[in-house]
Amino acid sequence: MTAGTVDERVADTGRLRRMLIRPELGAVVGAIVVFAFFASQSATFRSVDGVANWLDPASTLGIMAVAVALLMIGGEFNLSAGVLTGTTGLILVTLATRFGWNVWAAMLAGLAVALLVGFLNGLIVVRTRLPSFIVTLGTFLMLQGINLGVTKALTGTVQVSGLRRADGFESARAVLADSVTIGGTGFRVAILWWIAVTVLATWVLMRTRAGNWIFAVGGDDRAARAVGVPAERTKILLFMTTAGAAWLVGSILALRFTSVQANAGLGQEFIYIIAAVIGGCLLTGGYGSAVGAAIGAVIFGMADKGIVFAGWDADWFKFFLGAMLLLATLANRLVRRYAEEVRH
Amino acid sequence: MTARPNPGTPAGEPLLDCRGVSLAFGSVRALVDVSLSAREGEITAIVGDNGAGKSTLVRCVSGIHRPDSGHIEFDGAETSFHSPEDAREAGIETVHQNLALVEDLTVWQNLFLNREVVRRLGPLAVLDRRAMRARAKEMVSKLAVNVPAVRSRVRRLSGGQRQAVAICRAAGFSSRLVIMDEPTAALGVQETARVEELIRALRDEGHAVMLISHNFAQVIRLSQQVWVMRAGRCVGGRRTAGTTGEEIVALVTGALNR
Repeated sequence: MTAGTVDERVADTGRLRRMLIRPELGAVVGAIVVFAFFASQSATFRSVDGVANWLDPASTLGIMAVAVALLMIGGEFNLSAGVLTGTTGLILVTLATRFGWNVWAAMLAGLAVALLVGFLNGLIVVRTRLPSFIVTLGTFLMLQGINLGVTKALTGTVQVSGLRRADGFESARAVLADSVTIGGTGFRVAILWWIAVTVLATWVLMRTRAGNWIFAVGGDDRAARAVGVPAERTKILLFMTTAGAAWLVGSILALRFTSVQANAGLGQEFIYIIAAVIGGCLLTGGYGSAVGAAIGAVIFGMADKGIVFAGWDADWFKFFLGAMLLLATLANRLVRRYAEEVRH
Repeated sequence: MTARPNPGTPAGEPLLDCRGVSLAFGSVRALVDVSLSAREGEITAIVGDNGAGKSTLVRCVSGIHRPDSGHIEFDGAETSFHSPEDAREAGIETVHQNLALVEDLTVWQNLFLNREVVRRLGPLAVLDRRAMRARAKEMVSKLAVNVPAVRSRVRRLSGGQRQAVAICRAAGFSSRLVIMDEPTAALGVQETARVEELIRALRDEGHAVMLISHNFAQVIRLSQQVWVMRAGRCVGGRRTAGTTGEEIVALVTGALNR
């Protein structure tokens, strides 16, 4: 601190280190390791068909993980995101098959409901200052009850089906749930949506004022408010973003399977959070990346299908996921400690 | 004391003029008929014991609270701020005791938080990170010695450097009145000296500086005008050049009235 010596905090840091040390570094390394592992176990896994196969679960999970990551960077959780994919799917199929709605109109209705749920989640969180964990746990349970209750009341069973016969099904399916053939291999269109969502989220985070505000409200809500950052609006919009993503994924899955179970999406909410955390998001907020969450989803997809390709008992999948989560979190902490010296 | 001509008598109108400001929270009368003023190119100190109402007054001036009665004039016009944003737009910046810095963001991101510089790309507004970094470098190097790198995260900075960043943010963006709440309370001797340098630099740039401090030696060292608050009232004002630490202490404790 005295004259002559330069405080190390004052010194600027190297470009290479800045590029290397990013929140998603741990996830990238993890993805390479997991890929190498399963690729060595199964020839199918590393074939183009295999890649198309495991990118499929990665894509629908990835769309949600990216949205959930934005919300987590903003300092909040959304436990109702998984069940909301079921709700939107149920609305779509029910309106289209029971009430004769056009599929597109039914999807719009699903979107409206999803955004309303997201808005209410956000509004309750910012107005009451209750932990979002509790608030969205409440909406999670309520949605779960509505999904089951309404489906049973309308159909007498626990699923709605028959979307294929509805008006506008083919065009909606082409946009959201079809496959595109590249080099003889069919890739799900959902993969493109996932990439688009990741690119958009990354751009918002890194290049827009809103992105700056997301990091700020998640890092230090009080400080952000003190300089006039619209913290409430930012958070409500983040909840609506996760709800919008849930609608997209719910619609994709409904159009793909043409039927929806009343318990669809149940239990997925934690998978989204796991993918975001593997991707470098902190549970405490203010730190993380959208690309990392997308890569976290890739790891999940690879493990999900890789275990099957390798000929193992799929029962072991959860064990693998848990071990991956622990390892990735430890690796991310190391990266983060190192990163505190640096910044993009 | 009042018989001889006051050595530092100021000229012109004050920039900030509070007259008869009162505010109660329920049955607690936090401010009672407070009148005081602050001038450009001067450091105006507000002293008083804990609970005397200093912070409450500052919160009224910076738009966090609205007084129940009384007037706050800024630059000759009556103000009625509904939010800190209004006060900031008028040119009143506050350096809060907790500094209001986001630790996980860099120095330049903190300096430009909610004042981001954007480039227009058709309908889109894109952050101009390069411009913000360059301007941030200018801002900190103009004021501070031992300048923190604008790319380093605030988490990595010392207390004094954080204070410097917060002060730079308050001084930039064409503010005219900078309010500082206990800026050196948490700092060591060296860093206190450095921050005091910064505060003087602000004054010399022509800012009106309002300083809340418990440190009477510091108040005597830095300020041109002292206002003393006790139990929600402003019990006296002195030109610093015409008073002593003892007199200020006497006013604070109530041994001396007016």
